[in-house]
Amino acid sequence: MTSPGPEPTSIVLEAQHLGRIVDSRALVDDISVQVFRREILAVVGPSGSGKSSFLRLLNRLDEPTSGTVLLESVDYRQIPPRELRRRVGMVTQRPFLFPGSVASNLRFGPLQRGETLSDEAVDLLLTQVGLPGYGERDVANLSGGEAQRISLARTLANQPVVLLLDEPTSALDENAKRGIESLIGEIIAGGNLSCIMVTHDISQAARSASRVMLLEGGRATRIGQTQQVLHV
Amino acid sequence: MLKTWFSNQLVLGLVQATAAAACALMVVLLARKRQIHLETDVMVALMRGLTQIVAVGSVLVLLLHAPSWTSVFALTAMIFAAGSISARRAKNLPGSYGVSTWSIACGAGLVIAVMTWLGVIDVAITSLIPVGSMLIANAMNTNGLALNRFRADVLAHAGEIEAALSLGANPNESVSPYVQASLEASLIPAIDSLRSLGIVWIPGLMAGMLLSGARPVYAAIYQFVVLAMIFAASGLTSLLSTLLIRAHAFSSAEQLALRPGIAKPKAAAA
Repeated sequence: MTSPGPEPTSIVLEAQHLGRIVDSRALVDDISVQVFRREILAVVGPSGSGKSSFLRLLNRLDEPTSGTVLLESVDYRQIPPRELRRRVGMVTQRPFLFPGSVASNLRFGPLQRGETLSDEAVDLLLTQVGLPGYGERDVANLSGGEAQRISLARTLANQPVVLLLDEPTSALDENAKRGIESLIGEIIAGGNLSCIMVTHDISQAARSASRVMLLEGGRATRIGQTQQVLHV
Repeated sequence: MLKTWFSNQLVLGLVQATAAAACALMVVLLARKRQIHLETDVMVALMRGLTQIVAVGSVLVLLLHAPSWTSVFALTAMIFAAGSISARRAKNLPGSYGVSTWSIACGAGLVIAVMTWLGVIDVAITSLIPVGSMLIANAMNTNGLALNRFRADVLAHAGEIEAALSLGANPNESVSPYVQASLEASLIPAIDSLRSLGIVWIPGLMAGMLLSGARPVYAAIYQFVVLAMIFAASGLTSLLSTLLIRAHAFSSAEQLALRPGIAKPKAAAA
C-alpha cells in the first residue's frame, strides 16, 4: 500500500520557509519541504503541533505570515486562489458534503469553472472510489466511510495535481479507515497525483507514505524516508 | 390608579416609566434564574432609551418651529446612529458599520425620499421626522437581524464554506445559502407586522391619529401605508446589507475571515 517511490527530479509543490504566527504564537514555524510527483508525504505529530495549520497554508485557505509555496515552480500568490485550490485539492476530516445528491456534489467543482461533468465521468469517479451506482443517492443517507469516499471523489473531479488529506480517516471505524487508505494508495499509484496526508496515526503513516515529516511545536523536526523517520 | 395619585404630568410620566421599567427588570430576573444574564444589556438599554427619548422630545419641541429642511439633518444623524447600533449585532464581522450605514441610508433613505416626493409622507417636520424615524428604526432592526444571522450561520458552517472554497468556488457562491437565510430571517418581523395588522395589534401611530381627531378609516389606511413603507425600507436595507457584507467575510485572497476561534495573524503577507 505504500506509495510508489517519488520521482526526485519532479518537484510538484515546495514550501519555502513557510510560517504563520497568530496572536504571537507560531502555528507553523519556518517549514521548508518539497513534494515530488506520485508520492505520499505523511505529516505526523502530536495534537497542536501545527499539522492542519500547515496543510491550510498549502492551498491558501490561510495566509502565511512568512515564506511561500511554489506550485509546479510558480509562486502560489501568482495563481488565482480558485485555480490554486482546484489544483491543490483538499479532503478534510469531516466530509462536509453539500445537501443534495452524490452526483451534484461531484459536479460542484467543475461547475465553478463552467464545466458540466457528464454522467459517464460521474460514474467513473464513483467506480474509482468504490461506490458505483451511487450518483442519485441523497448524501444524507450515506455512512461515514461512504461520505468520505464521496468527498474524495468530489475533490478528484477537479483533477488536482496535489491532494491534501487532513486526517481523512480519523472519524471512521477500522474497516472504513483501511478501505480509504488502500483507495488513496491506488489513486496515487494509478495517477499523476502527489499527496500530503496529515495523520496523528503513526502506523497509518508507516503503511501509506513513502516519506514522513515530523512536526513539533509548528516546526519540522525531521523529514525523510518513512523507515528512517519512524524507525519501522 | 397612578393618575389619581399624581396630578403633575411630568411626575406621572416618570412614575409610569418606572413601572414599565420594573416589568422589564422582572424579565431580567426570570432570565437570571435560567442562567441567562441580560442585566447589563437591559439596564444600559433602559437608561439609554429613556435618556435619548427625553432628549429627542426636547429637541423636537425646538424643531417644530424650525424650517422643514432641517429634518434632513435630523434624519441623517439618525441613519448614522442606526448604522452604529445595528453594526454591533454583527460583533466582529469586519466592515459591518460601513455596510450597515450605507444599507440603511440607501434602503430607508430612498423610501423616505420617494414617499416624501410623492406626498405620501408630509413634508412638515412634525410628520417627516416621526415617520422617517420609524422607517430608519425598523431598517436598523432588520439590518441587525440580518447581520447577526449571517455571522452566526457563517461561523456555524465554516466547514461547508471552506469545503466549497477548496473546490474552487467563488466566495459569494460559497456563502449564498447563508445570505439567503439571513435575508429571509431578517424580514420575518416586518412581514408578520403586515400580516397581523389590525388583528393582533393596532399600532401607536393609528391610535395617535384617532386621538387627534383623524377619521378612523383614513387613520387605518395610513397605518397600512406606514407598515408597507417600513417593509420596503427594511427589505431594501436587508437586501443591500446581506449583499455588501458577503465581501467582508473574506480576505482579498478569498480566505474565510470569519471562523470559530480565529484570531487575526500577526502580519499579513503581501
